[in-house]
Amino acid sequence: MKLIYEKSRPGRRGSAIPKPDLPIPTVPAELARREPPRLPELAEPEVLRHFTQLSTRNFGIDTGFYPLGSCTMKYNPRINERLVGLPGFRDLHPLVEDEAAQGALELEWQLGEILREVTGLDAVSLQPAAGSQGELTGLMLFHAYFADRGEDRQRRRIVTPDTAHGTNPASVTMAGYELTPVRTDARGNVDVEDLRSKVDETTAGLMLTNPSTLGLFDENIEEIREIFHGAGALMYYDGANLNAVCGISRPGDMGFDVVHINLHKTFSQPHGGGGPGGGPVAVRASLEPYLPVPVVVRDGDTFRLDHDRPKSIGKVRAFTGPFGVFVRSYAFMRSYGPGLREMSEVAVLNANYMRARLEEAYELPYARLCMHEFVLSARALKREHGVTATDIAKRLMDFGFHPPTVYFPLVVPEALMIEPTESEAKETLDEFVDAMLEIAREAAEEPELVKSAPYGCPVRRLDEVRAVKNPILRYGFEDAVIRSA
Amino acid sequence: MSYLSLTTEDREAMLRTIGVDTVADLFRDIPPGVLFDRVLDVPPALTESELQQHLERLAARNKVDEVCFLGAGIYDHHVPAVVEAVLQRGELLTAYTPYQPELSQGVLQAIFEYQTAICELTGMDVSNASGYDGATVAGDACYVAKLATGRGRIVVTEATNPQVRQVVRTYAPGFGLEVVEVPADGGTTDPERLRAAAEDAAAVIFQQPNFFGCLEPAPSLAAAAADAGALPVAHVDPVSLGILEAPGNYGCALAIGEGQSAGNAMSFGGPHYGFLAAREDLVRRLPGRIVGETVDADGARGFVLTFQTREQHIRREKATSNITTNQTLLALAGLVHLSLLGPQGLRELGETCMALAAHTQRRLVDAGLELAFPDRPTFKEFVVRTGRPAKDALEAASAAGIRAGYPLGRDYPGFDDALLVALTEKRTVDEIERLVEALAA
Repeated sequence: MKLIYEKSRPGRRGSAIPKPDLPIPTVPAELARREPPRLPELAEPEVLRHFTQLSTRNFGIDTGFYPLGSCTMKYNPRINERLVGLPGFRDLHPLVEDEAAQGALELEWQLGEILREVTGLDAVSLQPAAGSQGELTGLMLFHAYFADRGEDRQRRRIVTPDTAHGTNPASVTMAGYELTPVRTDARGNVDVEDLRSKVDETTAGLMLTNPSTLGLFDENIEEIREIFHGAGALMYYDGANLNAVCGISRPGDMGFDVVHINLHKTFSQPHGGGGPGGGPVAVRASLEPYLPVPVVVRDGDTFRLDHDRPKSIGKVRAFTGPFGVFVRSYAFMRSYGPGLREMSEVAVLNANYMRARLEEAYELPYARLCMHEFVLSARALKREHGVTATDIAKRLMDFGFHPPTVYFPLVVPEALMIEPTESEAKETLDEFVDAMLEIAREAAEEPELVKSAPYGCPVRRLDEVRAVKNPILRYGFEDAVIRSA
Repeated sequence: MSYLSLTTEDREAMLRTIGVDTVADLFRDIPPGVLFDRVLDVPPALTESELQQHLERLAARNKVDEVCFLGAGIYDHHVPAVVEAVLQRGELLTAYTPYQPELSQGVLQAIFEYQTAICELTGMDVSNASGYDGATVAGDACYVAKLATGRGRIVVTEATNPQVRQVVRTYAPGFGLEVVEVPADGGTTDPERLRAAAEDAAAVIFQQPNFFGCLEPAPSLAAAAADAGALPVAHVDPVSLGILEAPGNYGCALAIGEGQSAGNAMSFGGPHYGFLAAREDLVRRLPGRIVGETVDADGARGFVLTFQTREQHIRREKATSNITTNQTLLALAGLVHLSLLGPQGLRELGETCMALAAHTQRRLVDAGLELAFPDRPTFKEFVVRTGRPAKDALEAASAAGIRAGYPLGRDYPGFDDALLVALTEKRTVDEIERLVEALAA
């Protein structure tokens, strides 16, 4: 399909600008634009059609089943799109005085209250724009907490298991901490003995996902809590997998001091092909003084933004956070109410059902009940037939499914990480399982068919190595002219 | 509840397949001590119609009916209907990050086109797929500069948006960076003063047009930074770049900015997109996603996420950033809007904003008010002294249905009577007269 720049013709345009009958000031010559930017030139119908065509070359949760592990691709209710477009939300400037934003501030406050209850913690900042920014914020809170106690210089290390999302170690480095990895034991839990040997007075804290990226609830979480809190260290909960435990088990009750919540996962903000997201953090009362400014405060029936917080770490993003995300996630929570527990129960039921149906044809490295997702290994198919996790992923596309997450977590070779969420009908789960079983059969009987998939997508398998070796990161206008001449 | 499909029969059949008796049995690996033993204390579930009424009541408590002259980084520009239509395509709206390119060519091509548009606007060589907002991309730029120069200080001009400066100050300590601010002189930054501060700095961040709306001597600021061996970083408004020179054409190493003014509603501050573009030599240090062109097994053109060895899922603690989420959908809105404008539309948009801003300044002076920086050229925003506490001026204007601007004294001492006033193409000469009348009274 052509790029929009290749459809451009000089002199066409898609929108008209009001032109008041006023003189246009001149810009000092040394500051004025010399060459105009080569933006596309198309009339409005062609612009709409271009992007509509692009959309038909993309797969979303509206298109079909999207069991991308750790990404919680659940249904995104359409009512939420209507609500975020209400003029009272859409047209509200973020710098109006608090009196002019009472509805927005109340919504943020109410959202924070629900997050406090679901996480079992005391205070919330909605400001972080994504889970990874929530992580960075959480680690900044660690620094501030220990600095206040005169221990920041001494506590330099953050402990993270080898199953952690890549964001955890990356956030550790960005926040100026040192990483201490710990192993996973034979049951898929954090290796408690390894952990115990690595926690001391130089440890600032732990970053843990529970259930882990293996989809397993850590059976030793209470012992882990004793180790960290006994050493005066803090515990950070990566909330990427919160969809497993809403109303079932709360991070605060597990001992975690800071939690981020991915609003674009558990609470259904559509992820838009990579964003927006939302990564609020919830904290124990002992960390509340350090939260980013401003904080939403309730005074009786009115709400205000409190900027006067001397111990705050500052601001991690402009304003109060991605407000439109808050509208959608709040609406989603209000559609469930206390039924958020049933949401998590069904997510776990769906995952276990698929696991039970797949664990014979594919290897299940940790033979336990899973939570909201599970990890299979295609190691045997690779060894016996040369068919890899990537091949299986690509072949699934021909059956009309988005593939699971592959090659993660790193502790499982040829990993296929499957997360169905609560949104799916049993028939969909069965169709996906049947496709996986069929692919396992194909791998044994006609492996080349699987290795060359997909066949029915807008493009065949793409050459990712070439994209690195010969980087083309934007349209080359000049080259295009030469090529066509 | 209408978002769940499973029937009672489904559940029973599934439990049988799993080999457990009840749903509660699925949670037997959770130690009893951390099981939640009561019902969540959250408000009751609402039906769709109840939900809509509830949210409509909340929305109605926000005051959005005033004529908006408030900017300060977020602007009341028009968002074309086509932008909303594209963003509501479910295939784009409800997709995750394009990890599987064969099913994500729509999003990947759109990001490639977006990267091209940002490079064209800014005059830079490469753009990432977007950042969280115009403030966090400044934090990202600091990290790039630290990695690229090995230096430990960031210089930011005081005339840079306070939200941006606050985010830089929050990020810097973790990066091992110290932040120094350079004061403005009469509304703009003195290049000589900046040069002195930039010695040993990793980067110099300035804003064009700056927070006061004034045009900085941007080429001289970039040259001063480069002379001192610091990376010049320009924070720019995309709407200005049909009129004002592109940062890449006056020596900047990085160009960043808030994308909201091109294609996003104000939405109480987000979600919006930040853009980050750089010189070619910095590409492997950039944070966030980058899309590249390649070919498929049949030789046909296609697009993929590339340079992923920079990223956290591969490099973990050695990554250039922890970023995974970006703002693809909002950046797509920006691309659609810029595609509707084209080069001519972008230029006219800038001209209209500038003409309205200049007219407003003349009318305010006619009415006896003083401009804070009368001899500095401006773009779409400027500072006016109201001759009374800004709060009083805002209240008087509000009584006339006008949101007159941003009280500059919130961030700058000595400006307690000053308002920062913004003009977008949506404002009319009549509305300007109402503003002048309210402020002159």
